[in-house]
Amino acid sequence: MSVLPLIMFLSFVALTLLITFWAAKRNTGASAYFAAGRSITGWQNGLAVAGDYMSAASFLGISGMICFSGYDGFMYSVGFLVAYITVLLIVAEPLRNAGKYTMADLLAYRLSPRPVRALASLSTLTVSTFYMIAQMVGAGAIIQRLIGLPFVPAVIGVGVLMLVYVVFGGMLATTWVQIIKALLLMAGAILLSYLVLQHHSFSFAKFFEAVAHADYGGSADPKNLMEPGLKFGVAVAGPWGPLDLVSLGLGLVLGTAGLPHILVRFYTVPDAKTARSSVVWAMAIIGLFYIMTTFFGFGAATILKKALITTIDGKPDTNMVAPILAQQLGGETFFAFISAVAFATILAVVAGLTMSASASFAHDFYTNVIHHGKEHRPGQEVRVARITAFCVGAVSIGIAIYLGPSVNAAFLVGLAFAVAASANLPVIVLSVFWKRFNTAGAVAGLGVGLSSSILLILLSKNGPAFLGHVFPLENPGIVSIPIGFLAAYLGTILTARDPDAEAKFAELTVRAHTGLGAEKATSH
Amino acid sequence: MSAPNPSEKTPVVNWAEIEAKPAFRQLLARKARFIIPATIFFLIYYLALPVLVGYYPELMKKKVWGEVNVAYVFALSQFFMAWIMAFIYVRVAAQWDKVAAEVIHDHH
Repeated sequence: MSVLPLIMFLSFVALTLLITFWAAKRNTGASAYFAAGRSITGWQNGLAVAGDYMSAASFLGISGMICFSGYDGFMYSVGFLVAYITVLLIVAEPLRNAGKYTMADLLAYRLSPRPVRALASLSTLTVSTFYMIAQMVGAGAIIQRLIGLPFVPAVIGVGVLMLVYVVFGGMLATTWVQIIKALLLMAGAILLSYLVLQHHSFSFAKFFEAVAHADYGGSADPKNLMEPGLKFGVAVAGPWGPLDLVSLGLGLVLGTAGLPHILVRFYTVPDAKTARSSVVWAMAIIGLFYIMTTFFGFGAATILKKALITTIDGKPDTNMVAPILAQQLGGETFFAFISAVAFATILAVVAGLTMSASASFAHDFYTNVIHHGKEHRPGQEVRVARITAFCVGAVSIGIAIYLGPSVNAAFLVGLAFAVAASANLPVIVLSVFWKRFNTAGAVAGLGVGLSSSILLILLSKNGPAFLGHVFPLENPGIVSIPIGFLAAYLGTILTARDPDAEAKFAELTVRAHTGLGAEKATSH
Repeated sequence: MSAPNPSEKTPVVNWAEIEAKPAFRQLLARKARFIIPATIFFLIYYLALPVLVGYYPELMKKKVWGEVNVAYVFALSQFFMAWIMAFIYVRVAAQWDKVAAEVIHDHH
């Protein structure tokens, strides 16, 4: 461990802490803490959404996946981006117009608030925890490699830092940390792609030629990474492989629109029009980033020797490919920069996740379910959010340590997407677009969508051995998403019509499509 | 401060009346005419990728430029499909904004 990487790394941490304390001084009340005073502009929010999205999974996980599984790993990149059309066309604007702090605000509008908020809160906590585990695993791997700290203390250290951000900073701090980090990560990705192309004499023909005969710097037999099938092909994954790929795709494209930490970002802008433009900004940045994943993911397979990207116990080190590539091509300074940026990425994403989970628990469960929508003392909601942040962090740290460093971050996040698409998306869509939809339908959709997706993950080959690995797909989406929609539909039509909910549909429709009566910006 | 109630500044609004306005019904119809076909299109275009890659790998392995094959080109085209779709949506939605502003003009 040389001094320079450590200094660079510590200055990133210091910078983000400064932002956090700056934001802490501006936190005056719940709207400031949970929604940044609705004062964020379109491009700022676009960068913050992109920042939230370009997580450990995107940078560390996907580059590792492409390096080892070639084209099939690139499928994650494609799905992650196309998913934003679902957000743009269906979810972002109605959500901004009709909600306040959380996803459940939209659902509670015309449905019975207590059961709906209770389940929406549970689902938010579950999805956020899944997502967070992926970040913790990535963070542990980086710190291990960078500072030489063992995995367990590394993960705990990340957890403690993350709590500082959330407990003091709130949404304004996490937004600015995301914006700065998104810019740094893009700069790092561009430089890394440039160095890979330089290695191949700036010739795309030569680059793809090398990828088609990738030999890991001469340390392995050449294989064609351009060809699909290295992860999901029948020859590798068995007869269910192709269906698993389709299932993954479905979960990715529908999952983003149900991710609580992405949805809450649309409350930080002044109106629906800004929400829309922020999605477009995010799509531009994220799309460029994901195209670049093919350069450093494939590039790693043409340059890095197998020994460099193998863990001590001989497994492929699927989360550290990008930083190690930076080390080989750009030396220690660039390695330090990339590692610091990747670490900042994780801290920022974890902070965003914790924010949305704790906002949901405090606002939906504590205030609205337990206290019937009344805050007894001012500031109570914010305080409960901070306590929740602590608990969510502790649970994710525990599970991350249990899973260990070799599980791929993109794979874990793919599961979070499937859960979000199965539990959250059906009820969001139906409550905005279907008049007949009622509380029983929402409870059924949330409950069955959530439990079926979790159950299928536990029954897959990644679940515990005593459940027998009976479900043949690793990605549950193709089964659990239709089940989520079906449960919401059957729960509605098999129970009595709800005249109140149908009467309020007119109000929700007008609000969602015109922005009349929407929450206004509060600061300034 | 917790339930999403309209702030005190907003006068009582007759939501059913606005919802029944012909201009508002037209706005909803226009939005549906764009959003539904667009959603069906992008879902089919996107899901065609894993289906073709998974079940017709030989077709997808055909080379089109050097080592670049159909699979890679199709995957790359998804990015441009998404960007073009977003661009068109923003153009169309800007027109909806004007109609929506007129609909709620008397209710501010």
